[in-house]
Amino acid sequence: MPNETDYVSRFEAASKNADEPSWLAELRRKAIDDFQRQGFPTTKNEWWRDTSVKAIVESDFRDADGSPDVPKPLVNAATLEGAIGGHRVAFVNGKFSDELSHIGALPEGVFVGRLSDFAKAHPDKFEQLLAKTAKTDDAPFAALNTAFWRDGACVFVPKGQSIDETVHIVYLTQTNGHATIDHPRNLIVLEDDAKADVIEHYVGMDKCLAYFNNVVTEVVMGERAFLDHLKLQQESPCAFHVATMEIRQRGKSNFATNSISLGGRLVRNDFSTALDGEFIESTMDGLFLVDGEQHVDHHTKIDHLMPNCHSFETFKGILGGKSRGVFNGRIYVEKDAQKTDAKQTSRNLLLSKDATANARPQLEIYADDVKCTHGATIGQLDSNALFYLRSRGIGEAEAYKILVYAFAGDMIHRIKNLGARETLEAKLIELLPKATYLEEAS
Amino acid sequence: MQDSDAILQERVNQEYKYGWVTDIEQDIFPPGLNEDVIRALSAKKKEPEWLTEWRLKAYRHWLNMKQPDWAKLQVSPIDYQAISYYAAPKSKEDGPKSLDDIDPEIRATYDKLGIPLVEQMALAGIAVDAVFDSVSVATTFRAKLEELGIIFCSFSEAVREHPDLVKKYLGSVVPYTDNFFATLNSAVFSDGSFCYVPKGVRCPMELSTYFRINAGNTGQFERTLLVADENSYVSYLEGCTAPMRDENQLHAAVVELVALDGAQIKYSTVQNWYPGDAQGKGGIYNFVTKRGKAMKGAKLSWTQVETGSAITWKYPSCILQGDNSVGEFYSVALSSLKQQADTGTKMVHIGKNTRSTIVSKGISAMLGQNTYRGQVLIGKNADNARNYSQCDSMLMGSECGAHTFPYIDVKNPSGQVEHEASTSKINEDQIFYCRQRGISTEDAVSMIVNGFCKEVLQELPMEFAVEAQKLLGISLEGSVG
Repeated sequence: MPNETDYVSRFEAASKNADEPSWLAELRRKAIDDFQRQGFPTTKNEWWRDTSVKAIVESDFRDADGSPDVPKPLVNAATLEGAIGGHRVAFVNGKFSDELSHIGALPEGVFVGRLSDFAKAHPDKFEQLLAKTAKTDDAPFAALNTAFWRDGACVFVPKGQSIDETVHIVYLTQTNGHATIDHPRNLIVLEDDAKADVIEHYVGMDKCLAYFNNVVTEVVMGERAFLDHLKLQQESPCAFHVATMEIRQRGKSNFATNSISLGGRLVRNDFSTALDGEFIESTMDGLFLVDGEQHVDHHTKIDHLMPNCHSFETFKGILGGKSRGVFNGRIYVEKDAQKTDAKQTSRNLLLSKDATANARPQLEIYADDVKCTHGATIGQLDSNALFYLRSRGIGEAEAYKILVYAFAGDMIHRIKNLGARETLEAKLIELLPKATYLEEAS
Repeated sequence: MQDSDAILQERVNQEYKYGWVTDIEQDIFPPGLNEDVIRALSAKKKEPEWLTEWRLKAYRHWLNMKQPDWAKLQVSPIDYQAISYYAAPKSKEDGPKSLDDIDPEIRATYDKLGIPLVEQMALAGIAVDAVFDSVSVATTFRAKLEELGIIFCSFSEAVREHPDLVKKYLGSVVPYTDNFFATLNSAVFSDGSFCYVPKGVRCPMELSTYFRINAGNTGQFERTLLVADENSYVSYLEGCTAPMRDENQLHAAVVELVALDGAQIKYSTVQNWYPGDAQGKGGIYNFVTKRGKAMKGAKLSWTQVETGSAITWKYPSCILQGDNSVGEFYSVALSSLKQQADTGTKMVHIGKNTRSTIVSKGISAMLGQNTYRGQVLIGKNADNARNYSQCDSMLMGSECGAHTFPYIDVKNPSGQVEHEASTSKINEDQIFYCRQRGISTEDAVSMIVNGFCKEVLQELPMEFAVEAQKLLGISLEGSVG
């Protein structure tokens, strides 16, 4: 059974033939030390109490490699070709794919492409930015990623510039007969007054082989910067997906993310943002739709460090089969962060007798002139609404489906990219878990 | 094997030979905790062997436990060997001789609460047996309770007089392995209350330790056991609004409630122990385990007003085991000065059609830190379970903190759980409105806070509620302005 030591020895082997600047080598060294010190988290760790990563620890992964032989139409369908449009930075099994990527004309100074290319083109900026937002001291998976990452996407928008078309970052995974591991690393930097619209998209092509994507995405936003972010997780049903997204926002910036989680067997999304300036707006939304044995966990952390900031969170989950959905959201308000307005909502719909939902909406407040609320519900659809539809001659199962669709649709409608929204609406209908609870009850 | 048996035998004999035999003459044990101390304690109290064994089992288990640190509290290290685990109840002559010997600040508070003079004397620990009416009142009450078959006595008395009942229910809700402080309590509990309400009996009065003879000095490790037999009803009051004089810094109490089929228990607490001074010095550390078990159709209701103690660590919980059982938790927790409170509840829904309500009001002022921590668990078989939780926090001043950590776990699709929480500042417009009408800031704050807590206060028995209201006002004095 592989364990922490295996990762360390693998690191030692890999670091021998690496050709990297010394600061980066040091950074990786510190990261692997941090990882070794922390080890994989267990459920005794409060931050991981609802998600066991035992299956990840016990799997023997190889590095993802080579381009898979996937028919192009399949790839296109999986990557929402045509629907999203704009610039695409695509990776197949952790390697940049020229074939699937296309980057159109960009304004002066804007960079969209591979992180490794950004490192070559702007070595100073790269050194200034990498791993400055996502720390490794208290995050074993981020530490692992920092030690091992090979490539990833980078979006850099300098002062006052904007990218009008969506930047679509795609990670496609198709294993070749063996469980693989990859550590995608994304860096999104928007300087003052910059604007961008980014979709982070994970697609698995395998039906049954396990693989592990350990992602870190860092977002740095200057003053008045504007970022619209969508994370679309459609890993294969046997995949492990652990993602850490760390955001740092400066004054008057506006950040919005929407995390749509449909695939994966064990999925963990950590979003954490530091509001380091006044008049910031930060929105975190999410929807997960799980069935079978899927386990999806969202951990969010919003740190209000300065006065007059607003944050909004809405997470919804639909759980069928033997699935489990976890939401853990923490709003932290620093002593100086007066006039904070924070709102957090978690809503979960249980569709089966074997499904479990865990909600942990948390408030930690040290300032007095604030307005902070959170709400969490776990349960069933409104019986009056169900009755209304039934009274109009709609069958029970159908009525149920309509209401579940409406429940989830609310989150899909928040997606700004029209193509992505339409595709997902269609996908949602196809994916709605069966309300087995109804059948059991009748 | 033989060797170890021999050693074991030797050890057992050793402990029997020495240990408590000499100690039994003393009135207070020297500080320290070991098996001999527990044996001696048990012997002093003339406890049966099974109870001594139970205490020892708890102690041995406790040795392998660590003091929990997950709560949002800063606790300075506690030296468990520096505590004396037995002190004979103090004779009243040692107490102050008259009210003039009492700290004037405490007296002022008594006056503000409007406590009658004789009661003030009793609270302050003055020997008033001869003149104090309530002693005779208590005797009358007790006769009335006996008539109905209700047993209400001190825990030690219950162990002597009703060993079967104690043996049956002790540890049935809070096992001796439960948690660090409960286990410590199981090993060394000093005394407490025991109450048994027989089948179908409705207890005609609010029971309170106040009406119990020999209630004095139950010590720092209090143990309460309340058993309500089928279809009975009892309302129990614990604590007192007046500040309590107490030399012990660490308190680790355990309260167990057993509500059998159709029974109802209402448990109200007002806790106002010494909170320490403005620098956070002194003050009681209050680590309490309170839990009730509700069988079919039973109802448990916890109401608490927590204004005292430097540290409050307390989670009155309901195990809703029987179908159709109901759990309630109403709480006001106020932390001012440098007080820290981490309190909440656990509602464990096991039976079908179980319902629970949580209403928690947290108030933080000055340097106080107030945390609500609670869990709602709907088990796999708890069909149609329902929970509603509301946790509101009010902040006064920019140096305090209010935190909410709810844990919601649902494993049944027919369960319905709603949780709402809000945190906000005391409304300045409301204060202004009151000031404009000639009401002082302090009175205005007291009024607003009482309005904020109304949902909880109205759950308290009447006399208690009136005192609790005054208490909130007094505890907040000087926090706004």
